[in-house]
Amino acid sequence: MSQKRKPKLAVWKFASCDGCQLSLLDCEDELLAIAGEIEIANFPEASRAVIKGPYDVSLVEGSITTPHDAERIHQVRRSSKFLITIGACATAGGIQALRNFKDVKEFISVVYAVPEYIETLNKSTPISDHVSVDFELRGCPINKLQLVEVLSAFLNARKPNIPPYSVCIECKRRATVCVMVAHGTPCLGPVTQAGCGAICPSYNRGCYGCFGPKETPNTSSLGDHWNKLSVDNDGIIRAFRGFNAYADAFRKESEIREK
Amino acid sequence: MTKLTINLGDKATIKSSDIILLFNALRSAGYSVIGPTIREGTIVYEELTSIDDLPVGWTDEQEGGSYRLKKRSDNAFFGYNVGPHSWKKFLFPPSLRLWNARKNGNNFQILPENNDTPKFAFIGVRACELHAMAVQDKVFMNGTYIDPVYKSRREHAFIVAVNCGQAGNTCFCTSMKTGPKVTSGYDLSLTEIIQDEIHYFLVEVGSEIGAEILNQIPHESAENKDIESADRIVEETAKNMGRTLDTNNLKELLYNNYDNPRWDDVANRCLSCSNCTMVCPTCFCTTVEDVTDLKGENSERWRKWDSCFTVDFSYIHGGSIRSTVRSRYRQWLTHKLATWIDQFGSSGCVGCGRCITWCPVAIDLTEEVSIIRLSNNNSESLSSDKSDFREKHNH
Ligand code: SF4
Ligand code: SF4
Ligand code: SF4
Ligand code: SF4
Repeated sequence: MSQKRKPKLAVWKFASCDGCQLSLLDCEDELLAIAGEIEIANFPEASRAVIKGPYDVSLVEGSITTPHDAERIHQVRRSSKFLITIGACATAGGIQALRNFKDVKEFISVVYAVPEYIETLNKSTPISDHVSVDFELRGCPINKLQLVEVLSAFLNARKPNIPPYSVCIECKRRATVCVMVAHGTPCLGPVTQAGCGAICPSYNRGCYGCFGPKETPNTSSLGDHWNKLSVDNDGIIRAFRGFNAYADAFRKESEIREK
Repeated sequence: MTKLTINLGDKATIKSSDIILLFNALRSAGYSVIGPTIREGTIVYEELTSIDDLPVGWTDEQEGGSYRLKKRSDNAFFGYNVGPHSWKKFLFPPSLRLWNARKNGNNFQILPENNDTPKFAFIGVRACELHAMAVQDKVFMNGTYIDPVYKSRREHAFIVAVNCGQAGNTCFCTSMKTGPKVTSGYDLSLTEIIQDEIHYFLVEVGSEIGAEILNQIPHESAENKDIESADRIVEETAKNMGRTLDTNNLKELLYNNYDNPRWDDVANRCLSCSNCTMVCPTCFCTTVEDVTDLKGENSERWRKWDSCFTVDFSYIHGGSIRSTVRSRYRQWLTHKLATWIDQFGSSGCVGCGRCITWCPVAIDLTEEVSIIRLSNNNSESLSSDKSDFREKHNH
């Protein structure tokens, strides 16, 4: 039998905290198992060595916030067969997309001693605003099991099992008691995509929406219900303006309630 | 050997302090005892390690989208109604590996699953819940395709039922003719009687094995006054249902109202979060996920609870049939209360009220149905007005 060419995996960083790359490092055991099967060609958190493209799979972390990055992402796209974005920054603009609701120039003049040195875009935008993306893996940070699932799926040419339904389904499957019904704790679970395994409700906290809007999210009905739980519109705006503030459904709901 | 003094169909009484002996008898018969206990401010069903785990002296206050525990003024063991869990999580596990396989050259080999049947004794099963089990029995144990995991767990389960001493605010079993009196499908059934200082249980024996267990613990044969007290308790419960559902021509009503504007109204409120289907003791839908490891050498097939509120649920070639929430809520309600009858010969709803309590935004199927009925009646009288009008003017 002839030895197959090892698939090349590259990891790219844009504006982000590196947390998602660390989730990949956290997959130590799984990665060791495939160390012989794939070639890790570029992975800044793990090694400085860079192997030339093209790459079979590129994992992209981070959002686009500078003119330079807006260029660089096109190079990544050109040299990658599959481009998978990982995390809230790459899929929705991240927490740094809070700038999108304000005037960035004003911030720069307040924060930096020599504002002229700062070259930045007005908005922090997801990768899919710039190039075509083959798969978006949500989460802040991503769930390591989901990452292994997506990589396994791409390497084995099958569909990844990453359901777009609510956190509530995961919450109920693990028999967690609903914090919103039983304690009156505001929870974003009903409008947030599953993937974390409903961690926060299992610790008696409401969901923070780390995985972004689920399919067909009804943010206005949930917001109205939060009002009944004595959360005012300012509180609701803050809840929707988290790591996924610029994801369409969350952004719109926060803007409607700002009026 | 104990002499069998109690037989199938008999009634006896046991002292409240002897409930612990019932536990012990079940445990020594090899059952893992599952029953009500307090967790995170609710009464859930879990494995009980001792009788002290029971929610003695607690009750629940339920409303649409709200559940709170409250202290009772007595020491009732079963003085609450149904909570967030149902027994289906034990009989029909939320996630189950169906098989796993290993790559073998160009072939693959399926490895056998270790499906040892746990032997459950369920303590405190309510009438509505027994009916829910009967509904799932039809789904999983009838016809050509039988679910072996459900079947073996179900057939080995011992059921200690309880007649409800109160009805919850979201209960409507009397409307669905599923309660509050336990009528069949139990091994032992209890009615908890608390009068002044006396606290005891009337026990009805529903099976041979129930008689065997009861004969291992101290009991006395029931007198008429005990039976009357127990009957009165259940009658009182039946009068105090928090909700009602008019089932008259319900199937036809829903079949005739596919385009009722109320579906748009509910779609504005519904989160399509699936909580109602997850908590419903009769909902049985699953999805199947195939996974491989990174190397592609091992693969597994998992079955997981699914819901008609997801988009993928109705995905066929070309897209999802029920892309709108309107169509998904309508599918759920119409299946529960109408198409279920055509499919399985009974309603898919047993009136337990869980979907009302555990809907985060308090959507209440009894309310939705009554509004649809009202608008249907109005439009019927409107259309008969119209035909009167036409008839008059045609002559
Ligand atoms: S706790 Fe949150 S995620 Fe869990 S069921 Fe309730 S609303 Fe949904
Ligand atoms: S619906 Fe009826 S049987 Fe079920 S808990 Fe309520 S009163 Fe009891
Ligand atoms: S539809 Fe609602 S009330 Fe009826 S059985 Fe299911 S959860 Fe209970
Ligand atoms: S009816 Fe309630 S519980 Fe069911 S999907 Fe809609 S919002 Fe969720």
